[in-house]
Amino acid sequence: MTAKTMFDKIWDQHVVEDLGDGVQLLHVDRHLMHELSGHRGQLELNKRGIGMRNPELTIGSMDHVVSTAPGAKGGNAPWADNMIEIFRSESRQAGVKVYDIGQDGQGIVHVVGPELGFTLPGVTLLCGDSHTCTHGALGALAWGIGTSELTHVLATQTIVQQRPKTMRARFEGKPGRAITAKDMILALIGKIGTAGGVGYAVEYAGEAIRGLEMEGRLTVCNLSIELGAKVGMIAPDQKTYDYLKGRRHAPSGALWTQAVEHWKTLPSDAGAKFDIEHSIDCAMLAPQITWGTSPEDVIGVDGTIPGDKPEALAYMGLTSGRPIAGTKIDRVFIGSCTNSRLPDLRAAAEIVRGRKAAQHVKAWVVPGSWRIKQDAEAEGLHQVFLDAGFEWREAGCSMCVGANGELVEPLARCVSTSNRNFVGRQGPQARTHLASPAMAAAAAIAGEIVDVRLFSH
Amino acid sequence: MNKFTILTAVAAPYLKKNVDTDFIIRVERCTGTPREQLGNYAFEMARFLPGGAENPEFVLNQPRYRNAKIMLCGEFFGTGSSREMAVWAIAGMGVRCLIAPSYGQIFFSNCFQNGMLPITLPATTVDALAKEAASPDAKPFTVDLEQQTINGTVRFEIAPRHRKMLLEGLDEIGLTLALEPKIAAFQAADRARRPWIYP
Repeated sequence: MTAKTMFDKIWDQHVVEDLGDGVQLLHVDRHLMHELSGHRGQLELNKRGIGMRNPELTIGSMDHVVSTAPGAKGGNAPWADNMIEIFRSESRQAGVKVYDIGQDGQGIVHVVGPELGFTLPGVTLLCGDSHTCTHGALGALAWGIGTSELTHVLATQTIVQQRPKTMRARFEGKPGRAITAKDMILALIGKIGTAGGVGYAVEYAGEAIRGLEMEGRLTVCNLSIELGAKVGMIAPDQKTYDYLKGRRHAPSGALWTQAVEHWKTLPSDAGAKFDIEHSIDCAMLAPQITWGTSPEDVIGVDGTIPGDKPEALAYMGLTSGRPIAGTKIDRVFIGSCTNSRLPDLRAAAEIVRGRKAAQHVKAWVVPGSWRIKQDAEAEGLHQVFLDAGFEWREAGCSMCVGANGELVEPLARCVSTSNRNFVGRQGPQARTHLASPAMAAAAAIAGEIVDVRLFSH
Repeated sequence: MNKFTILTAVAAPYLKKNVDTDFIIRVERCTGTPREQLGNYAFEMARFLPGGAENPEFVLNQPRYRNAKIMLCGEFFGTGSSREMAVWAIAGMGVRCLIAPSYGQIFFSNCFQNGMLPITLPATTVDALAKEAASPDAKPFTVDLEQQTINGTVRFEIAPRHRKMLLEGLDEIGLTLALEPKIAAFQAADRARRPWIYP
């Protein structure tokens, strides 16, 4: 029997029909919806006069357009409230469970999918959002889709796909102090570029990946799309099972035992061939930070600003040849489907504890879900941030994408734990530096980009 | 869906690399703007000056390219967010065909759902075509999907299913709905294999 990759195993288990020429119709086990892309698919389905085929295989949450202002219960504008209401009522009519604002289970779809045990190893999982690759951290085959494909999923519970090639990215060596999952994946993007993963499904492997907790693995897989890959995944192991056991949508009892037996067959066989391999030595990494307008524009925080992209430098207001550390900042955003989980908030709080944000810096902490917010508050993390002058906000996507109007001001410089430093992503003319939660917290305190390793604790 | 067979039209060179879908259509235009108006906001950060006036430097604002239906694009066009509004916005400007060395993968899929032909060619070929389109005596380009050629000479490859979808204006949802018995059979067998999937 030929050795198979995890990707190939899961793909093959979902083929409903071979459509020829490498294109297959795949079953969609799990579908996640949020109000922004979800409501458009729902309206499109109505227009066609078709019902949802399997509403029980979809759940929804509110994240993109909800206000994250402390105490907020809706959108920041009437159009947002209207969209939320359409999504809510359409979902109710279709019989889709929605975790609504103010409820346990609400939050960024890529945070709550795993949190609720809706994301499972070996499933195909789709969502109308490019960061759906996040769910691959549990060994799911997951990717983002547009409105038309979303409507296709609602109508048929399937997706038509061309089989991609496979890549394995190994993270070897023991990461040094303050080196996080975010630094590891940014380093890979810096090495192979944002187009390096185009046409591939990526499996992340190696001892540094095994060493990560589930939240760190979610961060790694989250940035697969910034590598150009729709799919990123990590083989499930005991950590995955321990993380999932007892969660609301996870199987229980005899089904749990049966599921774990199946999940244990999923990891890539020894000797499985990948179309391409890459590796990163984690022992050599410094904390990473982006300097340009693409996630591939990344350097160690102890590095100097390169000169090969003048247009990006002009947009960012930076000079080549200067150290990136010491660059004055205006905003800090700790949140997003990349880095808003409890360990992320703990790492940031660890830096912030007993210190104050620089006077000129406006710093926000936006937990990824309602549940994370409660858990963080139970640990007193919110007080650490509030005492330091940070804002402690409600769960949502917020300033990562600004769909709810929460933006960085023009020409303001923001250290952000999110995933995209594109031109205008955080607002027109906004300047984004991507980094880990601890690096973002340190920047808020110092008032400038700083090497988090200089902070004691 | 609109069929795509042969298109003869002005081609505009826009070789900027890594043009992301946030750049093609800002997120606030994806929240309430009707689909048929999205073209007004395509590339707005490059197309308009801060005061709202047209930026004369942006290629599609130049009189000779104003009616372009073909765009020659840089590497990794349409990277980033899955927003299908990026395709709708470009289509809203009248563009039906893109020619680039590579594309963002979700954007690429979204093109075929909307009658947009994204042609992939080596960067050197795209550069040569862009030079041709930029020359003072440039003629309209002819993209023939049936023959898989540009101007009768440059051949391009396309997945057979994508070609068929565009040539015949097929609706993927309609095609899959016709396979309903297969989907039902898959689920019945799968329910026995993996019962924890089905609540």
